[in-house]
Amino acid sequence: MLQTSPVAYDSKIEGNIIFTQIDSAMNWMRKNSLWPMPMGLACCAIELMAAGASRFDIARFGAEVMRFSPRQSDVMIVAGTVTYKMALAVKRIWDQMPEPKWCIAMGACASSGGMYRSYAVLQGIDQLIPVDVYISGCPPRPEALLEGLMRLQRKIETEHPLREQKRELIASFNA
Amino acid sequence: MAAASLNSVVSAIQAKFQVAQKTEFRGETTLTVERTEIKDLCAFCKDTLGFAMLLDLSGVDNFGTEPRFEVVYELYQMDTDAHLRLKIAVSEDALEVPSVITIWPTADWHEREAFDMYGITFTGHPDLRRILMWEGYPFFPLRKDFPLAGRASDMPDVAFSKAAPLAGGPFVTVPSTATTKDREPRSREQS
Repeated sequence: MLQTSPVAYDSKIEGNIIFTQIDSAMNWMRKNSLWPMPMGLACCAIELMAAGASRFDIARFGAEVMRFSPRQSDVMIVAGTVTYKMALAVKRIWDQMPEPKWCIAMGACASSGGMYRSYAVLQGIDQLIPVDVYISGCPPRPEALLEGLMRLQRKIETEHPLREQKRELIASFNA
Repeated sequence: MAAASLNSVVSAIQAKFQVAQKTEFRGETTLTVERTEIKDLCAFCKDTLGFAMLLDLSGVDNFGTEPRFEVVYELYQMDTDAHLRLKIAVSEDALEVPSVITIWPTADWHEREAFDMYGITFTGHPDLRRILMWEGYPFFPLRKDFPLAGRASDMPDVAFSKAAPLAGGPFVTVPSTATTKDREPRSREQS
């Protein structure tokens, strides 16, 4: 697919007006205010907290609003070891999050079970919910989380929310 | 001081209850007692001998021996700093132990854990549910015949589990007097 620049701006002609596509405007708004659902389950949550604190300052990426209600969150950061018992709660919270939603698997445990090759630990949260970004590390440093967040932002830029909405609407007419 | 008071404690217990075996190891006293008497003995230990605190209650699986299971009670007397361990043997055919929750309320979650991991039923426990695994999980994972990787289990729409991939594992220490190299957790795949 041919990708042209999503934004056209010429200060001499247009003054304070920017021409863009609604898809890219929506993407721009979405990616710059990702409200995370902090699914802190183990030591990764400590690094997640550090990423939210002043030194690393996740607010630079518009993701500082940690929401403890799934109804208000956009991205679930699964930070830590997911035991089978906890996996039920994680899945439930994921289901309660409204679309559009994304998921970051932070650290080795959330990505693959990590060092816990055990009867009690889910071997990667991707067995239950779709994951957009995996972050390696045990635990990953806050920089790694920020890098993962920036990757997610880049991924969101490539989405076509309105086009997809239209396609779904047309499909519902045809059905 | 603690040792002197513990001797009188042991003789007081021996005068009233059956003690199958008394073990001394590194200053720790262990009494193996009868399963049917454990509740009366625990009440005696708390009310008369002053063991106000139950430090721990745990199960043990001695797989391959009969009786297979053990339940261990760790008692503590705060005034004299005395520590006493009680053990009862539990056979696999009669996996029932009287609960001591009425004596020490802290036994609640300990007994639930022993039930969850070994399947030992504590009669008289008011709320004997699983505590670590989810409700309806079909296995008792700390039994020695249960593989570390786990077994696949399935509960539609609620929960599932699969055997974990153990590439070259399980990575566990081997109890022996050999060198660290032989004891440490490492891949021991025989292939």
